[in-house]
Amino acid sequence: MERKTKINAEEGKQELLITREFDLPLELLFKAYEEAEIVAQWMGTKVVKLENKKHGSYQFETSDPHGNVVFRSNGTIHEFIPNQKITRTFEMENTPFPIQLEYLEFEKLTDTTSKLTMHVIYKSVDVRNQILQLPFAQGINMAHDRLQNVAANLK
Amino acid sequence: MNLRRDVFQAIADPTRRAILLLLSTQSMTAGAIASNFDTARPTVSKHLQILTECELLNQEQNGREMYYHLNPNKLKEIADFIEPFQKMWDDRFNKLEDIMKAYQSKK
Repeated sequence: MERKTKINAEEGKQELLITREFDLPLELLFKAYEEAEIVAQWMGTKVVKLENKKHGSYQFETSDPHGNVVFRSNGTIHEFIPNQKITRTFEMENTPFPIQLEYLEFEKLTDTTSKLTMHVIYKSVDVRNQILQLPFAQGINMAHDRLQNVAANLK
Repeated sequence: MNLRRDVFQAIADPTRRAILLLLSTQSMTAGAIASNFDTARPTVSKHLQILTECELLNQEQNGREMYYHLNPNKLKEIADFIEPFQKMWDDRFNKLEDIMKAYQSKK
């Protein structure tokens, strides 16, 4: 089955595009980012703090079944425009990974569908590739594009 | 460590990716592959050598000609590496979608 979430990682770039079309009206999609209680449900994490406003910040905490905190993340919110965009930083605490910058854009497609584009910028190309766990993750995606190009040229 | 044996190193190059795609539908000789590129033939041979070394391509002697074809198992290895990252986000977003659909119908 084809996944609805697309990952686009261009070679040699310290950024990543994650896109996804939702079978949800724009307002509902945005609400999933707006309300702490809902964020906690789909992210599977405890939302310690979520101040959705300019100069606001957030903090998430994930625990194992015994209640031990295994992962903590936080960030600062730079832009928060309902039903349009969120610009924020993201830090994974107690990891060697540098802080990343995330631009989230929310778009209405139809009355019942919407699209999210996450543009993530990393400190370096290397960091991005480490996070992807694959130095050249775009291989297959690009391969499909190239296959189309090659096929078009052969015609 | 021999970097050339790293499949990810191998697919980092656009010409090598194009070669893999050319071979996705048929086996070809080095000459036939090279004729698809503006690159000098020895350069294409070098790419073929790298792809063969890292097992993305297999060589097969057919009469006087050497044919190259894809090794699907090795290609799958690459696809599997992309999989976890994409799956993580897809699962997360599927959950978001389910939760919000339930939320909508509750109202």
